[in-house]
Amino acid sequence: MVARNSDGKLISRPLSPHLQVYRWPISMALSIGHRATGIGLAVGALLLTWWLVAAAVSDNAFDSMQWFLATPIGMLLLFGWSVALLFHFFAGIRHLIWDAGYGFEKPWYDRSGWAVVIATAVATVLLWIVGLAVW
Amino acid sequence: MANTPRIDIMRSPLGRARGLGAARQGAAHWWAQRLTSLALIPLTLWFLCAMVRMIGASRQDVVSWMAGPLPIVLMIALVIATFHHLQAGLQVVIEDYVTQDWLRIGSILLIKGLSVLLALACIISVLRLGL
Repeated sequence: MVARNSDGKLISRPLSPHLQVYRWPISMALSIGHRATGIGLAVGALLLTWWLVAAAVSDNAFDSMQWFLATPIGMLLLFGWSVALLFHFFAGIRHLIWDAGYGFEKPWYDRSGWAVVIATAVATVLLWIVGLAVW
Repeated sequence: MANTPRIDIMRSPLGRARGLGAARQGAAHWWAQRLTSLALIPLTLWFLCAMVRMIGASRQDVVSWMAGPLPIVLMIALVIATFHHLQAGLQVVIEDYVTQDWLRIGSILLIKGLSVLLALACIISVLRLGL
């Protein structure tokens, strides 16, 4: 890879092996998932913006928003958003625990990773059961 | 004066003048990301409960809900924390993958500008609904 050193000169730096070389341990999958859901949630923030602005603007704007969310594509977006939000929520708590200096031992590392996966699945199912019941 | 304290600077003066390398704002950026994520734990839980209650709501329902003192405050707090966290996170992603200077700096500035505008749109909408 071509980069610049601190003098501003162009030099070529060695590349480390990329993703396809490695096994996929749970922590690596979750790390990638955390970043991917973070990017997805940025798109989800557009949905929140649309919802709030539509509600503030007019009945028509709000109704077309509600109509769109009830279409299959809207429902799929909402479902993806809820999964991403809950995953990023639980994985984020795991990151905060690391930031506080805990949880680096390998058994805990793997177990907390699976806990994030299970918590995400359970919370998503619960959210949608309650949501569909209310609807 | 044999024991005069001194600091060895490994970077060349030219490198420092060009501004390549750390911008010395990493710690503040890192800390802001953590603080917003901490704030977003209770705010997200509240938001999910609120959104479940808003399923199938009419616009009038949203207006009367937002008129309460708690929803208007928490929604604005959620919007600020969310967009601050979002632009900080996307900045890191862009810095990791985009190597061309103009594209990296341009896209980070674009993300930051859009985040400010969208957050303002959200806040003004919440105020219009709730006030």
